[in-house]
Amino acid sequence: MTAYVMCFILFLVGLYGVITRRNLIKIAVSLSIMEISTFLFFALIGYIDGGVAPIVDPADPVQTYVDPLPQALVLTAIVIGLATTAMLMAVIIRLYRKYGTFDIREIKNLKG
Amino acid sequence: MNPLIPLFVVIPLLGAFLVMIIGRFFKNFNKYFASLILLSLACLSLYFLFSTGENTFVYKVGGWEPINKIPIGIYMVMDGLTAIVVCIINIIGFLSVFYSISYISRYTSENYFYALFCLMVAGMNGVVISGDLFNIFVFLEISVISAYALVAFGVEKNELEASFKYQVLGGLASFLILFGIGFIYWETKTLNIADIKESLSGGYNRTFYLFAQILILSGFGLKAAIIPFHAWLPDAHSSAPSPISAMLSGVLIKAVGIYVIIRLFFNMFFISEGMAILVTTLGTLSMVIGVFLAIGQWDFKRLLAYHSISQMGYVVMSVGVGMILISRGMRNEVAALALTGGIFHLINHAAFKGLLFLDAGAIEYATGTRDLKEMGGLAKAMPATSATSFIASLSISGIPPFNGFFSKLIIIIAAVMARFYLLAALAAVVSIITLASFMKFQRYAFYNRNPEKLKPGIKEVPFPMLFSMIVLSMVCLLLSVLVIPGVREAILTPAIDILMDPSKYSSQIIGM
Repeated sequence: MTAYVMCFILFLVGLYGVITRRNLIKIAVSLSIMEISTFLFFALIGYIDGGVAPIVDPADPVQTYVDPLPQALVLTAIVIGLATTAMLMAVIIRLYRKYGTFDIREIKNLKG
Repeated sequence: MNPLIPLFVVIPLLGAFLVMIIGRFFKNFNKYFASLILLSLACLSLYFLFSTGENTFVYKVGGWEPINKIPIGIYMVMDGLTAIVVCIINIIGFLSVFYSISYISRYTSENYFYALFCLMVAGMNGVVISGDLFNIFVFLEISVISAYALVAFGVEKNELEASFKYQVLGGLASFLILFGIGFIYWETKTLNIADIKESLSGGYNRTFYLFAQILILSGFGLKAAIIPFHAWLPDAHSSAPSPISAMLSGVLIKAVGIYVIIRLFFNMFFISEGMAILVTTLGTLSMVIGVFLAIGQWDFKRLLAYHSISQMGYVVMSVGVGMILISRGMRNEVAALALTGGIFHLINHAAFKGLLFLDAGAIEYATGTRDLKEMGGLAKAMPATSATSFIASLSISGIPPFNGFFSKLIIIIAAVMARFYLLAALAAVVSIITLASFMKFQRYAFYNRNPEKLKPGIKEVPFPMLFSMIVLSMVCLLLSVLVIPGVREAILTPAIDILMDPSKYSSQIIGM
């Protein structure tokens, strides 16, 4: 249970960063922390105490296997996470070229 | 097994690929090819709309058959509700991409625009036809990543800022959704929506279940811009190029937000009264606050964006009223009426809000400004734009005989019959404020004296833009036909049936 709680705390750390940081890059890093905590959560769901990798051995069929599905999900989610992070970084670089700063307090054309 | 279902994802994905490769060598290939792709998808979706009826079609990806009636592999599902939403996506998509043929020629790198557009449509179609939670997440990310890029397509200060906000909030929403999916998988050990329903009916841990519901509701609420989560919508929708605004406002917030909320809360979870009251409250808040935020706006795309929040509030509110009645287990015919109003308003909103954003794009194309104070007297110079936007304005404010009137009427009647008199009164008042706000739009844009600042020689927009606008205004009129009993039973009733009967969806899919 401790591992799940730590994982949730990591999620909240990321959320805190997204809300309080003023630097664009730091916001992106905080989002990545949230993302990693979610992946960790998926990996924990699939883990079974004493389980082995799910490769079925006909000679020795009665063994505990870990759940392979969350691992496949995490792999897919990591690829998606890469795409979102790359997209975010591309926009941050463009923003820096336009405004000359990473400070979110100075980037406020849109309001109302 | 219906082999036509995966075409909704395959055709636009292949199209995006071909546009990038072949569009490099031939000028003008990209725009006509993208229009052709979306036209074929629109025809396919119309075929499904008329042939689905009460049936449910399933396509099993890779041909994995269920073992002991437990589905393995990925399911793609086509039923009454799916057919309606797929139809909205592809028809509005075709008209937007046809409109872009002349609109987007002011930007550079048109190839990227059409490729991203096809990807976005592929993602939305995937979300809607997927019968599997994790695939909903994957397709949702495909469509929103292309939407992030398309919002920033102008690469100026405002567009980049809007895209950054959208990405941070959209990323947050994605992780909440992924967390929710994790909790559901932990509890039920399956990802198929129908199988989750079966598994939950055998008993569940209440704490897990409630937490998963809250995570899913807040995640998809962020994507749908229901009011406490709405901060990104006005910026993103007003900064994007106009055909993209029409897609985002007319289709994306419905397909990846409202549709998924309706599908999961009716067909996967059991409807509880607390959650139903929460959904109704959120809907009412969006409906009322959205319109008050809209009324003070002078940038007309921003005004339209706030109206999107308010009109989506109508849909969420009436769905919530239906949920409350179902959870109390009484007066099912009133619940069905409320759901009919909600789904009907969802269809209508796609038509008139798409049209309004296309009109906004036409005005921006001709005059080069988005500020209502700087324009005026355009009715003489641009008669077709003026006429179509007049139809759309009447339609969104609920003036008969346009479609918006009938859906709002059904919503208000359902609220009165369910004895929620306050909600009915609020819906009527919000409709009147909407009318006031659109009278301001009409007066300042089309009928006021022409100010000196406006450059002379404003002409009507070119044919592709006119064509899309006129077709959509016809659609606004024609959709009123859906209230006639014979047509309503053919199109709306199958969607309502699948939502009203809590076990119909899962039992039909498990049986296949």
